[in-house]
Amino acid sequence: MAQIFSPLPGTFYTKPSPEALPYKNSGDPVVVGDIVGLIEVMKTFIEIKSEVPGTFSGYVAADGSPVTAGQVLAELAA
Amino acid sequence: MGIQRLLIANRGEIAVRIVRAAKDLGITTIQAYSEADEDMLAVRLADEAVCVGPASAKDSYLNINNVVGAAIEKSADAVHPGYGFLAESSDFARAIADAGMKFIGPTADTIERMGDKVAARQAAEAAGVPVVPGSKGRIDSVEEAVSIASKVGYPVMIKAAAGGGGKGIRIAQNEEDVRKMAPQAQAEAAAAFGDGGLYLERAVQSPRHIEVQIVGDGTDAVHFFERECSLQRRRQKVWEEAGADCLDEGTRKHLCDTAVSLAKAVNYCGAGTLEYLYDDASKEFYFIEMNTRIQVEHPVTEMLTGFDLVQEMIKVCGGASLSVKQDQIKRSGHAIEVRLNAEDPLMQFMPFPGKVTSLKIPEGAGIRFDHFMYEGYQIPPFYDSLIGKLIVHGTDRSDAIRKLSAALDDLEIGGLKTTVPLHKALANDPTVKSGDFHTQWLEPWLEAGNLTAPRETGGNL
Repeated sequence: MAQIFSPLPGTFYTKPSPEALPYKNSGDPVVVGDIVGLIEVMKTFIEIKSEVPGTFSGYVAADGSPVTAGQVLAELAA
Repeated sequence: MGIQRLLIANRGEIAVRIVRAAKDLGITTIQAYSEADEDMLAVRLADEAVCVGPASAKDSYLNINNVVGAAIEKSADAVHPGYGFLAESSDFARAIADAGMKFIGPTADTIERMGDKVAARQAAEAAGVPVVPGSKGRIDSVEEAVSIASKVGYPVMIKAAAGGGGKGIRIAQNEEDVRKMAPQAQAEAAAAFGDGGLYLERAVQSPRHIEVQIVGDGTDAVHFFERECSLQRRRQKVWEEAGADCLDEGTRKHLCDTAVSLAKAVNYCGAGTLEYLYDDASKEFYFIEMNTRIQVEHPVTEMLTGFDLVQEMIKVCGGASLSVKQDQIKRSGHAIEVRLNAEDPLMQFMPFPGKVTSLKIPEGAGIRFDHFMYEGYQIPPFYDSLIGKLIVHGTDRSDAIRKLSAALDDLEIGGLKTTVPLHKALANDPTVKSGDFHTQWLEPWLEAGNLTAPRETGGNL
């Protein structure tokens, strides 16, 4: 099991826009560099990319929730 | 009856500014805050505080029901919206008025009218404020385009009447260009919007940004002279000055007098700003929009004129007449404000919501620092990155720049990356010193790599 952490404090989003589908669903393949979410920090959006390959297990942080730096956002099965 | 209990429906440095101004007027201050802002300086300084919702601004500072509910719960008789958030929401202003409280700003109707670009342009024209010359309505033929272009003067911008944003805008330098570009623009507009109608206006290239500060009491209005805010990045002002040294006395007088005419014509109440594009070459200015709130850069005007604009807007919106006549407002010297953001200017201005580990604030005559930090304060990541504003006043522009450089050297904010290095570099730049810049100047300057990490001065090579 691999985890994806937030590099910054901010607000976490699982989708590129409120109407869009989540970046990843459980069971989706993930390659290095795939975007799994967004962090909004001080009105700037930063893409969260996976640094490891695997199969997406699920989001740990909820869409639209405040997160701290180092918090687990999502999990992958290797 | 004057205001007794004021709710401050904002956060950050402007909340601190409003709390202090209101307390000096003997008003009881009630600070609104989100769950992420419980520790902010304005909460500590205010007489009372009230939570208006969770961290996310849309659920707290932007939630009209929550803010109005908090004001009622706290028996406020007035609400100051600051800038941003709900400051220019006519729905909010109306909800405050409907609940029997005073809104520190113009009426909901005025906010609506001046917030609508077309209505604002019409009001400005009617009051004798110059607007960008253009076609009155849609243009349907090339001959019509040629005829109007010769009237408004080249270069002209050709746009789709039905379109929005900057899509498909063409700039024609002469009649030949219009004859070539108008049919292309018509075809493109018809394809994109199903309507080939065009709109044409004078292209103001590389303009300066000039604005006029006004305050009205609903009947009378005065101006507090102009500001220049041409140093911008991504349409955000970075560095602001009062006055605008590029204006001659005649142009300044015309600019400021027509701004007052517009304020009076709409029975303006509160503080407001008319924004203009200024063409250095032709010395012409064109109204673009009116902001119906106090602005971030209001301190430069306060330093230039010696008046407290936040107190004045609270008083007039509480029902008082203007405390000052136009001939009592004088400008003296020159003031500059720089915006300090929690961003790393050497890393593409990446936000840096850190913890303030130490704070050393420059002091002295002509130096002012508006901010909301204290040692140990964790800057929340949920709102904008403005952490403070350093304002200096000097005998003239070059004296103000010298003071700014010295004050920036004395300022220390530990634990954060800030835009201080950008301002130090700007204050030393020959173009900035000469004043020969415009709104399109700063971004290419940054792209050209003019801002680099300060060299280590450890040893001699």
